Parts: sequence; C-alpha cells; structure tokens
Amino acid sequence: MAYSDKVIDHYDNPRNVGALDKKADDVGTGLVGAPECGDVMKLQIQVEGDKIVDAKFKTFGCGSAIASSSLATEWVKGKTIEEALSITNSEIVEELSLPPVKIHCSVLAEDAIKAAVADYKTKQG
Amino acid sequence: MKTPIYLDYQATTPVDARVLEVMLPYFTEHFGNAASRNHSFGWTAEEAVDTARDEVAKLIGANSKEIVFTSGSTEAINLALKGAVEMYGDSEHGKIKGRHIITSLVEHKAVLDTCKHLEKRGCEVTYLTPDKTGRVSVEQVAEAMREDTLLVALIWGNNEIGTINPIREIGALCHEKNVLLFVDGTQTVGKIPVDVYEDNVDLMCLSAHKLYGPKGAGALFVRRRKPRVRLVSQIDGGGHERGMRSGTLNVASIVGLGEACRVCRIDLDKDIAHATGLRNRLEARIRASLDEVHLNGNAEHLLPGCLNLSFAYVEGESLLMGINNELAVSSGSACTSASLEPSHVLRAMGVGDELAHSSIRFGIGRSTTEEEVDYAADRIIETVVRLRDLSPLYEMALEGIDLATVSWTGH
Repeated sequence: MAYSDKVIDHYDNPRNVGALDKKADDVGTGLVGAPECGDVMKLQIQVEGDKIVDAKFKTFGCGSAIASSSLATEWVKGKTIEEALSITNSEIVEELSLPPVKIHCSVLAEDAIKAAVADYKTKQG
Repeated sequence: MKTPIYLDYQATTPVDARVLEVMLPYFTEHFGNAASRNHSFGWTAEEAVDTARDEVAKLIGANSKEIVFTSGSTEAINLALKGAVEMYGDSEHGKIKGRHIITSLVEHKAVLDTCKHLEKRGCEVTYLTPDKTGRVSVEQVAEAMREDTLLVALIWGNNEIGTINPIREIGALCHEKNVLLFVDGTQTVGKIPVDVYEDNVDLMCLSAHKLYGPKGAGALFVRRRKPRVRLVSQIDGGGHERGMRSGTLNVASIVGLGEACRVCRIDLDKDIAHATGLRNRLEARIRASLDEVHLNGNAEHLLPGCLNLSFAYVEGESLLMGINNELAVSSGSACTSASLEPSHVLRAMGVGDELAHSSIRFGIGRSTTEEEVDYAADRIIETVVRLRDLSPLYEMALEGIDLATVSWTGH
C-alpha cells in the first residue's frame, strides 16, 4: 500500500516525540488504543493558563498512526484547550490523505487529544 | 549488492536459470498439444510432460502415474479434498466412509476455505489447535479421530512460521485407522527430504513457483497402492490426467516444474545447508543487538529458509515501512485489513495479539547471500531501535509496568 508523502514525512521525521512529566499538575496525559489492536497512542499536553504550550507523543502503531499522532501534537501546540478539543479526525484524514482502512488511526489521535485534556482537567479538579 | 533485497521466498521464488532454459523451446519450437496423438508435435510435447512427471515423482518418492498436474497448490487442494469427499463421503458413489475431516487452525487459507465449503455441503470438520510452536501432535490427531473420519488434512512445513509437522507419525496413525492423509507440501517439497511412501502420505499438493519453477503449475500426488486413492474430478472435459483434471496441459510450465524438481533433488543438501546457515546468521546478528525478540515457530522442526520473529513493542507494519525501500519481507500484522486482526496462524499458536502485530517473516532462498543477510539484519536493528524510542509500550516496559495489567481502551 502506498503512503502519502505527508505520512512518510511524519514517519521519517516525527514531530514532538518524547515524554512530559506525567505527575506534573500542568501536564495532561492521554493513553488510548490497545496493543492487541495494533495501535497505542500516548499524547501529552503541558498547559499554561488555558493555552497548550507543549505537546509530546509516543505511538505504537502503523505509519498512519504515527503520522496522525505526530500531526496532532503539532496542531495542539499553541492552541487553547477549547480549540484543541475542536480538532476532528476528519481534518487529520484530509491533511494526511489517509485511505479508508486507516481512518481509525485519525480517530485514535482525536481520542488521544480528548483523553489528554480530560486528564489535565481532572488534575485541576 | 542490489536493493531491495528479496527475503520473501515463502511468497514466491524466481525461476532458476537452468529451469527457464529448459522451458523456452516449449513456447515456440515445441508448441504441440500433449494430447495430440496423431503427429510428432503432440508426441514431443507428451514426451516432455512425461519427463516432467518422472522428475516430480522422483523428488517426492512417488511413481510417475501418481502425479496429476494442476495449475498450482490451491487447485490441487480443492481437487484432493472435494474429490475425496465426493468419492468416499457421497452415497451417489456408494462408498460412504464418512464425512468427518480433521485439519488444523494453522492451515493455509486454501485448505481452510475448502473445508468451510465442505462444511456447507454436510461435512463435519475438526480444527486442531497446535501447540505454541505451531505444531500438531499425533496424539491430538488420534484423539480427534472418529468412526466416520474420512480424511486428515495438514500442512507439512508452515508457510508463515516454518514449523514442520510430524507427518510420518500422523500418516502411520491414519493408515492404521484406514483414514486418508492429505498433506499440503507447498512450502516443503524441494526444501527438505520428502518421500511420500516412507512418510505415509496419501495425497499431497505442491507448487512450481515455490521451488524455483514458474507460476501457474503444480501437482497433486494421488497414491495408487496401499491404499489406492480415488478422487472425483472437479474439472470435467477431455479426460486429461487420467480423468482427474481435464484441460489442455500447460506444457512449458509443466516442463519447468519438472526441471525445477530435478534441480531441487540434485541440490537439496546444498540448498538446505545454505538456507539454514543464512537463517541462523540472520537470527544471531539480530539477537546480538536487540532484546525482546521472539521466535514464532519450532526451533527444532523448522523449514531451512524460514525465520519468523516478533519484535516486542514495535508494530509490524511500521517496521516494514521503515525498511521496505530496501528489504522485501512480510508481516503478520494486519493493520491494513478492515478487521484489524493479525495472522490467524500466530493467533492459533496463542501468540498474544501485540506480538502477532510485531511479527516479521524472513524467507531465505537459493540466491540469498551473507552480505544481504547482514545488511538486512542491520536495517532491521536500526529501525526497531528507532521505533522503540517512539513506542509508549517500550517506555512502559522500561518503567516496569506490566502491560497485561493496563486497562486499555480497545477500539
């Protein structure tokens, strides 16, 4: 199967790979997917005020899953929490030209953003 | 060294130069129909087919009258299973032996789907679960046997993992119980010594393109003594191949199959030593640099050129993406399939889905070199290291988190 140039670019040069301190109060961590499904994404955000100032990810999954999460970190950085929550999987599909069998990768990336925000909000009480 | 390096010899093999040379005149100069009995064009073609038939028979220890040429293994499997059920399990032929079939969960789809078809036609099929190395035992087969068992259908050397089943022992049991044994020899014939009489096989398929012959030719071995096996043909017409498979013979490809079998017979020891040596070299080089590498298969009973490894914490398709400009291998991961289910073979062996998603199958063949194997190992190592840096599972494992205790949100 042929990957789009953008997927290949994210796979070859993933943005924002790494980890933030998951115990820190200003960090939200989203861990979604399952190893038996072949996809696990961990997406973390660091928040100041209501702005996402940093984001990191690690992904176990196919090239499209890696690209979707890499793109998600790129997009949430600098956005407010509300803006980040409005990112949809179809925007990711469009940006990366994902074929139908890879749509679940974009869904997972959207879920990862929402899970990271939820974790942050839980920490804030 | 030329890239990409081909390490997918279970999928197919190139036609050996010696084989191609023998085939070529049968496309042009000797184009006759092997069924034309009235002139020399037909005689020449028939003679070539007979020579090929002898060579196939010699490689597997059969008599040439026991070889039925087909388009390949899939057709031979369909003929063997459906043909036996119709002959012995059908009151129409007055020979009801029974309609129970024993097979295993690690068969090729050609066997599994044919069995599914036969289930719809009133057969009962028992699917044996192999051990964790993918091997079926003679005890399991014995336990599954019933009064009405007609046929046992098992793969000899597995196409995905290379595990070799104890066919000789299972065949002895089948003969004792008066049950037919069909063996899928597609990956096995030409790769390890095969003798259908010593090994107690009644029916066996083989395919030319897996043993350095052309695509589109294969054969079914149908035993003629102790017991004499009869089949109902599945393709009717001119009565070719002793009435078991009608259709004008694919002379050039059959000539290729015969020559490929001759070369395999002569080079067998050399080929085994070559493939085994390179497989061990590849595995050792990978293991020297990477931890958490798991062998899928049976180290004691493994086809010479086959190596199926799981690289924990790395998903197979992403691993392929990192190497597939340079290496041609295949993965048990099925991220591209709508079901998201990994290989049915690895599942049946009880390999966890996450390791199944992390599996890569390497196939080493006649023309693989040490240099290629070393290069392949180094590309794999590089890519696995890079992807583990990117893997949340590897990070969690390093932190000492047991991944089995995490509550995942499956999708």
